[in-house]
Amino acid sequence: MGKAIAAMGGFLQRQAQPARVVDLCGRFLPFAFALAVICLAAGLISALVLSPPDYQQGESVRIMYVHVPAAWMGLFVYAFIAALGGVGLVGGHPLAFHAARAAAPVGAGFTAACLVSGSLWGKPMWGAWWVWDARLTSMLLLLFLYFGHAALTRAFDDPRRGDKAAAVLALVGCVNLPVIKFSVDWWNTLHQPASVFKMGGPAIDPSMLLPLLLMLGAFKALFFTLWLMRLRSSVVAARLRAAAARARGAAWR
Amino acid sequence: MTAFLAVVRRDLLLAYRDGAGTWTVLGFFVIAVAVFPLGLGPEPQLLARVAAGVVWAMALLAALLSLDTLFDADWRDGSLELLLSGELAPEALVLAKALAHWLASGLPLIVVAPLAGVLLHLPGNAAPTLAVSLLLGTPALSLLGALGAALALGARRGAALLAVMVLPLAVPVLIFGAGAVESAMLGLAAGPGLLILGGIALMALAVCPFAAAAALRQAVE
Repeated sequence: MGKAIAAMGGFLQRQAQPARVVDLCGRFLPFAFALAVICLAAGLISALVLSPPDYQQGESVRIMYVHVPAAWMGLFVYAFIAALGGVGLVGGHPLAFHAARAAAPVGAGFTAACLVSGSLWGKPMWGAWWVWDARLTSMLLLLFLYFGHAALTRAFDDPRRGDKAAAVLALVGCVNLPVIKFSVDWWNTLHQPASVFKMGGPAIDPSMLLPLLLMLGAFKALFFTLWLMRLRSSVVAARLRAAAARARGAAWR
Repeated sequence: MTAFLAVVRRDLLLAYRDGAGTWTVLGFFVIAVAVFPLGLGPEPQLLARVAAGVVWAMALLAALLSLDTLFDADWRDGSLELLLSGELAPEALVLAKALAHWLASGLPLIVVAPLAGVLLHLPGNAAPTLAVSLLLGTPALSLLGALGAALALGARRGAALLAVMVLPLAVPVLIFGAGAVESAMLGLAAGPGLLILGGIALMALAVCPFAAAAALRQAVE
C-alpha cells in the first residue's frame, strides 16, 4: 500500500514538470473543447426547443438552463480553488498555485453569470431585479470572496506570497459554501428551495432535468477547456519570465 | 501563559501610550453614525427604523479601521520574527494580538454604542440587546480582522485590500447582530439571533488563529 502511494506520488511528481504540464494541457484541450461544443449544442437545443414551457412560468423558465448550471459551477470552482490551495500549502508544489490562479477568474465569471441571469429571471417572476434574501445575498458574498481572492493574489511583489495567502483565504471562505447551499432550507426565502439535489430524488420532470444536466455537462467541459488554456499559458509565462531573468543575469555578468 | 499575557500587555501599553488609537476609532464611529441623520433627515421614526443597522454597520467599519496596524509595525521592525521564534505558539500570538485589539477598540465601542443609539432614536428597550450583540460580535470581528491583517502583511494597498477580504467574511456578524437588535426593537425574541452570533464568534475563535498563524509564517518566510 505504502509502495503504491509512493509510486503514485513519484508518477505525479514526474507529470508536474513544466514541460510535461504544457504537453498534457495541449493533449486534453481538444477533448475538453469538443465535449463542451457537443454538450452545449445538445443542451441548448433540448433546453430552448425540445423542453416544455413551465405551467406557471411559461417560456421564461428556460433561463434556468443557464442560471442553475452557472450557480453550481460558481460553487464548484470555489471549492476546486480551495482544494488546490490546500494541496499547494501542504505539498508546496507551485503547479497547484498555477492551477488555482488559472481557475479563479473563470469561477468568478460563472458566479457573475448566475447573478445576472437570476436578475433577468427575477424581474418577470418576482417583479424585482434584486431582493435581499438569503440565497441571493450569500451568492453575492461568494462573488465578493472571489474579488478578495483575486485582489490578494495580485497584491504582493512576490507572486508566491500572493498565491499562498490567497490559498488560506480560499480555505477560510469555504464556510460560505454550505450556507449558500442550505440558505433556501434554513430561511424562508423568495428563492425556490432545492429541487435537484435533495432527499428523495429530484422533484423536477425528466423532460426538464435532462437538458439541465446536459447544460451542466457543457458548463463543466467549458470550465475545463478554459482552465487548461489558462493553466498552460500561466506555466509558459512563468518559464518565459524565468528565462528572461536568466538572460538578464548572463548579460550583466 | 506568561508570554501570552506579556504580548497582550505590550500591545495594550502601545495602544495606550500611542494615545490616539482608541480615540480615533471612537471618534470615527460617533461621527460616522452622526452623518446618517444629516443625510436622511431628522425624522425620528425613520431614524429609529434604521438605527440598529446603522450602528452595527458603523461598528464593523470602525473595527476594520484599526486593523491594518495590528501586525504591521511589528513586521516592519522585525519584532514579529522574534515573537514567532519565541516560546509562544504563533496561534497563541494571534489570539493575544486579537484580544489586545478587542480590548483597545471593541470594548470601548460597546460602551459608546448605546449613546450612538440615542442619536438615532433607538428605542430604550433595544439598548441592552445592542450592547450584548456587540459584546458577542466584536470579538469575532477582531479575530476575522487579525486574519485579514496577517494575510495582507506587506501587500500593496493593504488597507483597501483588508476591507475587500474581511467585509464579506464579516457580513454574517452584521446580519445577525443587527437582526437581534431589530427583533428586540419590535418586541420579538432576540435570543436566537444572539445565539447564532455567539456561534459565529466561537467558530471564528476556532478557525482564525490557525489561518492567521499560517499567514504570519508565510509573511516572515
